[in-house]
Amino acid sequence: MQKKFNSDRYDPLSTERDSLSRRHFIKGVIAAGTVAGAAGLMTGCSDNSNNSASSASVERLVTINVNGRSRPVDVMPNETLAHTLRNKLSLTGTKIGCDRGACGACTVMIDGVTQNSCSILTHTVRKGNVVTVEGVGGVNGQLHPVQTAMIEELAPQCGFCTPGQVVSGVALLQRNPNPTREEVRQALAGNLCRCGAYNNYINAIVNAAGSA
Amino acid sequence: MKDMMPSFNLVQPIDVKSAINLLTEAGAGGWAIAGGQDSFDWFKDRIKRPHTVVDLSGIDSIKGIRETDDGGIEIGALTTLTDVEQNPIIKEKYGLLSTASGRVASPQIRNKGTLGGNVSQDARCWYYRSGLDCYRAGGNTCYADTPEGMNREHCLFGASRCVAVTPSDTAVALTTLEANMVIVGPNGERIVPASEYFIGPAIDIERMTVLEPGDVLIAIRIPAKWSGAKFYFEKVADRATWDFPLVNIASAMKVSEGIIEDISITCGAVECVPKRLTVVQDIVRGSAANEETASLAAGAASRGASALNYNHFKIPLMENLVKRAIRG
Repeated sequence: MQKKFNSDRYDPLSTERDSLSRRHFIKGVIAAGTVAGAAGLMTGCSDNSNNSASSASVERLVTINVNGRSRPVDVMPNETLAHTLRNKLSLTGTKIGCDRGACGACTVMIDGVTQNSCSILTHTVRKGNVVTVEGVGGVNGQLHPVQTAMIEELAPQCGFCTPGQVVSGVALLQRNPNPTREEVRQALAGNLCRCGAYNNYINAIVNAAGSA
Repeated sequence: MKDMMPSFNLVQPIDVKSAINLLTEAGAGGWAIAGGQDSFDWFKDRIKRPHTVVDLSGIDSIKGIRETDDGGIEIGALTTLTDVEQNPIIKEKYGLLSTASGRVASPQIRNKGTLGGNVSQDARCWYYRSGLDCYRAGGNTCYADTPEGMNREHCLFGASRCVAVTPSDTAVALTTLEANMVIVGPNGERIVPASEYFIGPAIDIERMTVLEPGDVLIAIRIPAKWSGAKFYFEKVADRATWDFPLVNIASAMKVSEGIIEDISITCGAVECVPKRLTVVQDIVRGSAANEETASLAAGAASRGASALNYNHFKIPLMENLVKRAIRG
């Protein structure tokens, strides 16, 4: 067990500024790991046991802020945010489509800005606030106006791209509450829909504008 | 479930000096990432397998946009493409760069991808990208420049064993604006004009830029020369979003009473480097900005083009883009 965290040492280059004690931290990580059953899902990611001491890698035990909550988690250096969210934090609303930054199914907001979570290392968002599709609605499970409008417009067909479309739509309305149809099209330009329901998604966001 | 990238050490320096030390120390096994939007594809496909990845995104000193004393601007290499696109100073004075940045990839990628990364990205030739042992990958053949090779997206000019093209939209804009690239390496700082930053296969077939191992591009300086000029940018691609250009064009003109007093024009995705159309510049300088001048310039632009099997269409495409840029 000790060997697993072989990068678990003081790193002068780390920008980590967590105030949690290591003991609490590890406890939290173990709890999170139990819930997600993470160990069984880590394929192809064996820890680099022969890494040289000269370039100490990042501290694996980190806290990331997701949907307003601080989540302690064990993150490997080569791990994408999409992987962390889905396989370690059980936030499976974020989908992985192409895993190449092309389709937008994995779109999340980081500090209010949309990004493809498949193309971000989790370690680069330790200071950021991550909002996934699970975090856009109200506290008691109320849907966001964008989500309600998408249901009314029958926007999701197979539904796989929907979480990404929702996040892109919500992010747009946060920075521009009354977008034009063209602005909505531009905001959704990075979200592919295999079913071709683009107009339904655009209609939904146009309808949701003003009530968001 | 998708597979993960192979493991690597991740180091996150917070200043340029440490980044350079880490890269120098890592040697051939080191890899610098800014936004990472180009790098992760290489890692996920297991074609490039660095043992140490140096994440530059924590270096705040190389982010942001500021005006310089000479009336130009300096853009930190780690500034995102969205920030470049939306910056009011760039919009007002160098709208060409704002437009070009806004045409890169998709909103999500522009929110993460950086200007420095966009101009330093690797070639998109899919033979090269799929890990074949072509010239660019250190092998001894080119798969694109063969009778059966799929070379619709490849070059018209400057082929030298490799026929890949520059994939960047901002590179053509920066070349047109006569930007200077500020590079810091183990031996200190040097400033390279954009026209010399990009290198073709005849100079070094395995690299797209002058960046040596251990070098970091820290800033891009745009001189006041073309501030507020009449700009034209157009990108033609198979898809309106996300895609790389088939051909793109960026021009800056100073027009007075209908006469083109000065012009800078660059065409992308037709050569391994952004192609500065110096012949066009010489022809149209001093002429009226009209259809006749535009036609003359268009013919001159494609002079010397050598099409491959499937990319003849790029010649009229390039000519028409030059025409549109000049007639405005």
